[in-house]
Amino acid sequence: MSGQGGAMRDTGTDEGYTTADGRKIGGVAMEMRNITLRFGGVVAIKDISFDIRWGEIRAIIGPNGAGKSSMLNVISGFYHPQEGEVLYKGKRRPKMRPYQVARMGIARTFQNIALFEGMSVLDNIMTGRLHHMKANLLQQALWWGRASREEAENRTQVEKIIDFLEIQHIRKTPVARLPYGLKKRVELARALAAEPAILLLDEPMAGMNVEEKEDMSRFILDVNDEFGTTTVLIEHDMGVVMDLSDRVVVMDYGRKIGDGTPDEVRSNDEVIKAYLGVAHE
Amino acid sequence: MLYREAGDFKTSYGADNQTFPIRFDRYGYYFVLGFAFLVVPLFINDYWANSIVVPFLIYTIAALGLNILIGYCGQLSLGTGAFMAVGAYGSYKLMTAFPDLNIVFVIILAGFVTAGVGVLFGLPSLRIKGFYLAVATLAAQFFLIWLFTRQPWFYNYSPTGMISAPTREVFGVAVTGPRASAVAMYMICLCFLVSLAWLARNLTRGMLGRQWMAIRDMDIAAEIIGVNPLMAKLTAFAVSSFFVGISGALLFTVYLGAAEAGEAFGIDKSFLVLFMVIIGGLGSIFGAFAGAAFLIVGPVMLKLLLVNTLGWPTDLAAHLEIMIIGALIIVFLIVEPHGIAALWRTIKEKLRLWPFPY
Repeated sequence: MSGQGGAMRDTGTDEGYTTADGRKIGGVAMEMRNITLRFGGVVAIKDISFDIRWGEIRAIIGPNGAGKSSMLNVISGFYHPQEGEVLYKGKRRPKMRPYQVARMGIARTFQNIALFEGMSVLDNIMTGRLHHMKANLLQQALWWGRASREEAENRTQVEKIIDFLEIQHIRKTPVARLPYGLKKRVELARALAAEPAILLLDEPMAGMNVEEKEDMSRFILDVNDEFGTTTVLIEHDMGVVMDLSDRVVVMDYGRKIGDGTPDEVRSNDEVIKAYLGVAHE
Repeated sequence: MLYREAGDFKTSYGADNQTFPIRFDRYGYYFVLGFAFLVVPLFINDYWANSIVVPFLIYTIAALGLNILIGYCGQLSLGTGAFMAVGAYGSYKLMTAFPDLNIVFVIILAGFVTAGVGVLFGLPSLRIKGFYLAVATLAAQFFLIWLFTRQPWFYNYSPTGMISAPTREVFGVAVTGPRASAVAMYMICLCFLVSLAWLARNLTRGMLGRQWMAIRDMDIAAEIIGVNPLMAKLTAFAVSSFFVGISGALLFTVYLGAAEAGEAFGIDKSFLVLFMVIIGGLGSIFGAFAGAAFLIVGPVMLKLLLVNTLGWPTDLAAHLEIMIIGALIIVFLIVEPHGIAALWRTIKEKLRLWPFPY
């Protein structure tokens, strides 16, 4: 797997680096600068900076309540940090509504599945292609011209994703009837349908059995491999994280306590303390 | 055996995506359309038109509109009666201000006026959800009815406070006013209903419909994948009010002929249409038809059965009718909380495999 890839990396230049298995990682796609997020008196994220490079799989790990999901919510525009800034493609991103962030090519999945339960799998995934469809109200109402043409074109794209994630058999099933593991996969499909530049995955493997986890890991790697999608993921399963990701950010109590390749992080004293606890002298 | 999809292969996404993918369904639909357009006009008389068919067609349009708002977009509204009144008064003002304008355009324009008013009263939906939104739309109901009964400009200063529809013709045939025949009334309502149902179907199966449903099912997730909640909710209010406005305009011009806002478009109308949507099935085009049929045709059929067939006294039958319809509503909601449309869907799913389910 690609995980041991940090050895040859060169963070000194902005041209990126090459992983051990030969994948090219590009320049900085997104940069967090001194992000601080507070909810009233509670400080969820304290002065965190890190970057995400084009084409890499970037993991955010940390114990419960460390602020990982809050960090993801900052990236997807759902929370607005009180201090610090988010740079996307080298430019400072102004305060935006989540749907505007989505329009910039950032898609995400949720920790607790957030599918549209009343709709079929196909409709859920088609909804992900929102920004690829431009027909206006009148064209849609008359099902004429652009509306019906776009529907067929985007269906072709959606079918590719359905094939890719091996969910052909449940295409027309209402989402409410699906088991948990498949719902997670449909959610990934919906995020992929947007053809995102950056894909955010919030605990994509929570509550799955070993086999489902293996499937999901394979899909994440394949997506990264085939589409070159930059992926940011939060995960609790250390084995999975260390195997999948190129670089890892470790958070604890809202602070960043480690950042680097899986090997670097694994041997970091503070990270070991946070995860294993520390002996009292 | 007739109703099956085995061997019915689709070779394009367009074909897979059509409204009636199963051949038998499609033929059934053509048959109903043909029957409604060709056979019914031959037999329809004043009694059938006035007591059953025309109100059924008009209320189906209102139910379609409310279903878009509640069933597809998940925004609860109790202002349907008032929006129908906007359609009615809008068409009245247009008819009297532009006597030469064709009645079809008058009704469509009244729909657009109602859409504008609907958007205005839909604005609170951006902040308020669920029952609280229902209460906010209740304000629309009371405010608009007050406006139409207290502001003489809206009823052209007529001494009775009523509005009445002058005679208007389509292709030389009177469709409104006292000279309108049953067939003419039926045909204009049917044409409006069929085209609006087709529009509703197209809107709900396309991207706009998916955005509405996304907002209904999980608004936060919808916003994160890129649905603009402002746009989605306001288009739902606009389209829904457009439908409701047209139904109000038809109710006034074609069916009632004369109306007074407080009486014809009170809160009871809001509830009637809401019940149609709930009983018929939220989020289903067919549900709007089924719900309107149940609440409009049901009572008349019961009356025919009790009074004409069994010979019971009219007053006894009237009370029994209310009780039976009430009981039926409860039974329906217990058997299938998702309405007649869901019941119909279950039957169809069983039929697909019948008679060899294994």
